[in-house]
Amino acid sequence: MPQFDPTSFASQLFWLAVTFIALYFLLSRLVLPRISEVMEKRSERIANDLERAEALKTETEAVIEAYEAALAKARSEASAVIAKATSDIATLSAKRQAEFGEELAMRMVAAEERISKAKQQAESQIREIAVDIAADVAERLTGKAIDAESAAQAVDTQMKGNG
Amino acid sequence: MAASPIEQFEVYPLLPIQVGNLDLSFTNSSLWMVFAVALSTVILAISARGGALVPSRLQSVSEMMYELVANMVRDNVGSGGRKYFPFIFTLFVFVLFANLLGMIPHSFTVTSHLIVTFALAAVIFIGVTIIGFYRHGFGYLRMFFPHGAPLWTAVILVPVELVSYLSRPVSLSVRLFANMTVGHVLLKVIAGFVVSLGVFGIFPFVFLIALSALELFIAALQAYVFAILTCIYLHDALHMH
Repeated sequence: MPQFDPTSFASQLFWLAVTFIALYFLLSRLVLPRISEVMEKRSERIANDLERAEALKTETEAVIEAYEAALAKARSEASAVIAKATSDIATLSAKRQAEFGEELAMRMVAAEERISKAKQQAESQIREIAVDIAADVAERLTGKAIDAESAAQAVDTQMKGNG
Repeated sequence: MAASPIEQFEVYPLLPIQVGNLDLSFTNSSLWMVFAVALSTVILAISARGGALVPSRLQSVSEMMYELVANMVRDNVGSGGRKYFPFIFTLFVFVLFANLLGMIPHSFTVTSHLIVTFALAAVIFIGVTIIGFYRHGFGYLRMFFPHGAPLWTAVILVPVELVSYLSRPVSLSVRLFANMTVGHVLLKVIAGFVVSLGVFGIFPFVFLIALSALELFIAALQAYVFAILTCIYLHDALHMH
């Protein structure tokens, strides 16, 4: 086998050393720094982007939180306003109802007073009229004048009897 | 019958150079070494030139190789391995391109010569040993005696560990050399059948295609194995097991 022919060993070793060292310098000086630079830049960029995304996310979350807080505040405020309005209306209507009731009662009392006054008046007028009529009727029937005193007595007795 | 399957490993001078008693001729082997260096440098340099944020296809070739070796060094060498990354990368690229260029018909496979693979393995072996002694002084000799084993077992363990340590360059170089040589011999033999069987040569031809694919895979795999074993030896020297 040619692999075990030592005449070419020196040449192979020499050129291996030359080419390998050349490749080592070409790669370590020229190629590898470029590749690592590009890859570092990329990972930096990705890290930056991730960082920015993270920052934006936290910002968004803060905004959402603030919005929700504002919403909750507005809600509680609104419910407070509604509750106040409801109680205001309730007190107002209670007050008005009370006032109206009082007035109604007052008016009823006044009306009753007026009615009883009118009734009294009417009763007394009825009596006078009855006395007059009774005297008149008795005079016409008997032909003689009946004094007012006895007519009134008779009328009173009759009215009391009838209740 | 076609040419002997051994013929492809013949080394012949293209440009005779004689230095004193030494024959340092520029041979076909040297030519393919230069090709491997030139092609790998050109491909990597071109693909690294873009520097786009989203890598182009060519750019991702160099970046994938970079990442592959960088991960290999990080996982297998551990701390302090960063310094040796350019060497491991060069080793990987050199062996990979030498193996792959050898797959071109009528080319020459640099790594099919034991002297070449052994030279690489010897440099690694000597370098790793120097690094070990430099880092740990004579404490590096503890490599040959596992920590915590009973003292009397040293009689057995030390020779075993010593032999296993000394056989590293042999196994490293023979593995690559044997894989390349056997693969190419096999390809050549099967290719000879294709010619000699005439019409029925179609059967070995199909097999030849499959075998070529396998050989391409082996070419890449052996470069990877060569680099990763170097990483493991480096790890031993830096961290002692």
